[in-house]
Amino acid sequence: MSLLEVNNLTVSFGDHHVVRNVSFAVQPGEQLGIIGESGSGKSLSMLAIMGLLPEGATVSGSVLFDGQELLQRTDAEMSKFRGKHIGMVFQDPLASLNPLMTIGKQVAQPLINHKIASRKDARLRATELCSLVGLPEPQRMVESYPHQLSGGQRQRVGLAIALACSPSLLIADEPTTALDVTVQQEVLQAIRGLAAAQGTSLIFVSHDLPVVASMVNRVLVLHDGTVVENTSKDQLLRAPQHPHTQRIVASAKQSSALLRQATQSSAQ
Amino acid sequence: MKRNRTLTVGVILIAFSLISTLVGWIWTPYDPLDMNPDVSFARPSFSHILGTDVFGRDVLSNIMIGARSTLIVALVSVFIGIALGAAIGISAALSPAKVRQLTIFGIDIILALPSVLFAIVLAAVYGASTFTATIAIGIALSAAIAQVTRRETTQVLRSDYVAAAKVSGSGTGQIIRLHVLPNILPSLLVQASGAVAIAILAESTLSYLGLGTTPPTPSWGRMLAESQKYLLVDPIVALWPGLVIVLTVLGFNLIGDGLRLSLDPTMKRDAK
Repeated sequence: MSLLEVNNLTVSFGDHHVVRNVSFAVQPGEQLGIIGESGSGKSLSMLAIMGLLPEGATVSGSVLFDGQELLQRTDAEMSKFRGKHIGMVFQDPLASLNPLMTIGKQVAQPLINHKIASRKDARLRATELCSLVGLPEPQRMVESYPHQLSGGQRQRVGLAIALACSPSLLIADEPTTALDVTVQQEVLQAIRGLAAAQGTSLIFVSHDLPVVASMVNRVLVLHDGTVVENTSKDQLLRAPQHPHTQRIVASAKQSSALLRQATQSSAQ
Repeated sequence: MKRNRTLTVGVILIAFSLISTLVGWIWTPYDPLDMNPDVSFARPSFSHILGTDVFGRDVLSNIMIGARSTLIVALVSVFIGIALGAAIGISAALSPAKVRQLTIFGIDIILALPSVLFAIVLAAVYGASTFTATIAIGIALSAAIAQVTRRETTQVLRSDYVAAAKVSGSGTGQIIRLHVLPNILPSLLVQASGAVAIAILAESTLSYLGLGTTPPTPSWGRMLAESQKYLLVDPIVALWPGLVIVLTVLGFNLIGDGLRLSLDPTMKRDAK
């Protein structure tokens, strides 16, 4: 049985359908990439799965997690579900941390929310989680505030929060887009390594084909709110089917070719 | 260190007016209501440190006694304003669109009504007293506070960290307690310190109109209003209540500012 099965997911604002009949599945332990430009409906699809659509949005279709329908659940039921079974890493690590709360409290919060640990144990576990995601000096880190950390460190905190309750699915929504290129790889490595170590399934959302390709085995291409391609990574890179996918692959190849050219000419 | 100095100066100013209020309960240089036409408009001297007013009443004694009604009205009405305003503002931000628009409409109506008119209605129904004035000022303050609070709360609720908190399973109560309240607190403090000034002046307006503290009970506002009539005869009598009002308002503003700065972790020196 699939861990997550999305069938004919449609998200609309009034008569405007922003996500149309999106269907896909994620198997336990699988890594799925979702690629598409901004406005293609990738983030809204993820929010729909989490039951966090903005006011005024209507949703139809079905989202099955472990065979259970999520779209019919009440907000209170979803509160008990979120974070425990699905964790999520956001695009902007500074904006997604409360500026007035210490890192330790924020990492401990999901454990307290889901009554997995007592307040005191949760704080200890927060320190462990900080060191697990590769933050330096975790003892000091838990007493720090978000503004005292670097961008890469903040995103590691985001990862620690998402993984605190050992969820079976991790959704990473453009987790490295807001980061400097130099720290992107480190954060990607941390996500990949921890997901693999905990056996967590991964949905990796990005507009950046090389980044997605480095993270996952299977790729879903979204364009204008619809799925235009759902295939293995190798197939996608070798023989993209849809014209839109062909453009994405071609431009990614072009920029890496340009880089190679520039490297060669500067070496001469 | 700068924020501590702000806070310290504010605390000293407020402590000064609070102590003189407390002392006024036990002892005043003269009976504040004791009239003595012989010493009408006496200059400040050793016998009357701040001089006397038109009826020869000791100004210092009146300021010490007047502080009671003024400070009680100011503090209680600001408390009512903040509690009511924050509650309405936060619940409006959390409500579905229809309820929210209705609340905003209601707030706009209260803001559009002159608060003095509102106080007159309250006084007509319940009788003019310090108590009705306090309630009227509190409700009038709450509308503006609710408006700002709703806006700030909406901003916090739309932030990524609230989305992140929901993703980690936080419920509405927890989001209000851990995310909304701490993040709107600085703005509430600024509004509260500003509201103290408005409340002190509103109390004097209402007392002047006979809708607040009734004569002969002194209040700073009433002293200011009464001395206004004799501004050309003896301007110095109006100076004293004016001065204590200014210093008290300044004190509350400095405390508000100092607290706001000390609550902001980005203003602290790095804990490295």
